[in-house]
Amino acid sequence: MKNLRIHNEILYFALRNKKVQIGLIIILFFVLLALIGPTLTMYQPFEYANPLGPQAPSSKFWMGTTFFGQDVFSQFVNGLRATFIVGLLGGGIGTLLGIVIGFTAGYYGGIVDEILNALTNIVLVIPTMAVLLIIAAYLDVRSVFTECILIGLTSWPWTARAVRAQTFSLRTRDFVDLAKLSGMKSFKIIFSEIAPNMMSYLLLVFILQFGGAILTAATLDFIGLGPTNAISLGLMMQYSVLWGALPFGMWWWFVPPGLAITAIVGALYCTNVGLDEVFNPKLREM
Amino acid sequence: MKRYLLRKILIYLLTFFIAVTIDWMIPRFMPGDPIRNMLTRVSVSSNATAIQQMYDYYSHLFGLDLPLWQQYLNFWKSLFQGDLGISTYLFPTPVIDVIKRAVPYDIFLLLPAILLSWYAGNKFGAVAARSKRLDNTITPLSYILNATPYMWLGILLSWFFGIILGIFPIAGAYSYSLQPSFSWKFIGSVLHHWFLPFLSLFMVEFGGQAIGMRNMIIYELEADYSHYLGTLGAPQKLIRNYAFRNAILPQVTGLALKLGTIVAGALVTEVVFSYPGIGYLLLAAIQNQDYFLIQGCFLFIIVGVLIANFAIDIIYVLIDPRTRRGMTGETS
Repeated sequence: MKNLRIHNEILYFALRNKKVQIGLIIILFFVLLALIGPTLTMYQPFEYANPLGPQAPSSKFWMGTTFFGQDVFSQFVNGLRATFIVGLLGGGIGTLLGIVIGFTAGYYGGIVDEILNALTNIVLVIPTMAVLLIIAAYLDVRSVFTECILIGLTSWPWTARAVRAQTFSLRTRDFVDLAKLSGMKSFKIIFSEIAPNMMSYLLLVFILQFGGAILTAATLDFIGLGPTNAISLGLMMQYSVLWGALPFGMWWWFVPPGLAITAIVGALYCTNVGLDEVFNPKLREM
Repeated sequence: MKRYLLRKILIYLLTFFIAVTIDWMIPRFMPGDPIRNMLTRVSVSSNATAIQQMYDYYSHLFGLDLPLWQQYLNFWKSLFQGDLGISTYLFPTPVIDVIKRAVPYDIFLLLPAILLSWYAGNKFGAVAARSKRLDNTITPLSYILNATPYMWLGILLSWFFGIILGIFPIAGAYSYSLQPSFSWKFIGSVLHHWFLPFLSLFMVEFGGQAIGMRNMIIYELEADYSHYLGTLGAPQKLIRNYAFRNAILPQVTGLALKLGTIVAGALVTEVVFSYPGIGYLLLAAIQNQDYFLIQGCFLFIIVGVLIANFAIDIIYVLIDPRTRRGMTGETS
C-alpha cells in the first residue's frame, strides 16, 4: 500500500513537470505517427509510385517523392517504426547487459570485479562504431533486428560502469548485511534489496540508451551498413545525399528524417532531465 | 604517476591486441565468403574453372589455405611490416597507401573541431550555469544540438550555405581546378572547403560539452567547499574559479569517452561533404565490398582513438595533482 502511494506521488510530480510533459508529448506524437502512418498511405516505401520522379509535397504525395518517384511519407513513417524498434530493443539490450555486468561486478567485488572491470574498460575505449562497421560489413543480409543486437552488444560499458559504482555504495549498507545474515541468496539480494533502490536511476539510464541507440543506428545506416531489407530514417538520408537531393534542392527528402531523429532524441533528453528533477527533489524548480 | 600510466598503457595494449584479433577473426568466422563475393561482384568470367583458379589464387595470396594459427601469426607479422593487403576497389594500391592519403584530412578536420568545441563548450557551459537568462537559451540549444545526428546537421549546412546561398562549396577538399601546391590560392581553397564540415562537427560537439560543463559547475557550486567559502565571505568570482577548476577534470575524462562518437560523427560528415578522409573512403569501400580497405580503416580508427586516449591520460596527469602523487585521482 505504501509502495503504491510513493509511485502515485512520483507520477504526480512527473506529470506536472514541464520538461517531462513536453518530452512525452513529442515522443507520443511520433509513436502515434509510426503506428498509424503506414495505414494512411497506399504506397509501399520502395514502390515507384510517381512516374514523374521527384516532386515537391502535394495533396497526393504528402511529403513529396524521391528521385525515383518513391513516396517520402511512406518511407518516413515506416522508417519511424524502425527507429523506435532500434531504440527500444537496441537500447534495451544495452541497458540490460550493462545492469547485469554492473551488478555482478559491484556486488561480488574481488577477482570477478577485476575481470569485468578490465572488460568494461576495454570495450569502453574501442570505438563502438568501428566494431559495428566491421561486423556489419561482413553480413550479407542485415535486418533491423540484427542492427539492434549489434548496437546492444556494444553500448553497455558506460551503463555497467555507472551501475557498478552505485552497487558498490549500496552493498555495504545495513539492510544488505541483514539480508545476507538472514541467508538470502545473492541473486535475490541484488534484485530485491539493491535494485529497487536504483530503479529511478535505471529508468534514466534506459532513456539515454534509447536515444543513443537511435543515433548510432542513424550513423550506421548513413555509412551504408543499414538494414538491407527495410527502410530507416538513416537510410533515407543516405539515399538523399547519394542521389543528389542537395544540388537539386529536394529538401522534402532529407529534412523530415533528420528532423524526426533530432526531435525524438531531444525529447528523450528533455524527459530525462525532467525525470531527474522528479526523482531528486533537490533539483526541482519550485 | 608511473603506476597510473603503466596501468593505462597495459589496458591500451590489451585493447589493441583484442582489436587486431577481431580484425583477423571476423572475416574468417563470419558467415559468407569474402573472396567468392569479390569474384562474383567483379564477375571476371563466366568460366567455372577460371573462377575456381582465381579463387585458389586469391586464397593462396591471402594465406587462407594455411592452418588457422599460422594465419593468425602471419597476420601480426604483416601488420608490423605495414602490410594491410591490397585494395580491390583501388587495385593495385596497397591499403596502407590509400589510408595514408586520407588520414591527414581526418586530422585536419577532427583536431580543430574537438579542441575548439571542447574549449568553447566549457566556456559557455560555465557561463550558462551562473546566468538565468543564458541558461534558458544556451542550455536548451545545447540539448537540441546534442540530439542532432551529425550527418543531418551537415546536410542542412551544406544545403543552406552551399546551395541556397551558394557561398561555400559542398564537395571535395579543394577546388578541382587547382593542383595541390603551397600557394595562397590553394590554401584558401582548402580552408574554404574545410569550413562547413568543421562547423557541423563543431556545433554538435559544442552542445555536448556545454551541457556537461553546466551540470558540473552547478554540482560544484552546491558542494560543501563552495558553501564554506561563501560563508567565509569569499568573493563569488573566487568560488566560481575553484568550481571551474574542479569541474574541468571530469570534462577531460568525458572527452576521452566521447572520442569514439566524435570519430563516428566525422565519418558521416565526410560522407555528406564528399571530404576525402577515412569516412568517405569507408563508404566507397563498403559499396564496393573492398574488405581489406574496410579492415584497414577499422584498425586505423582504433589506433587513432587509442593514441588520443593516451594523450588525454597524460594531460590528465598534468592537471590533476592527485594522480601525480600516487593517490587515486580517477575512479576506475
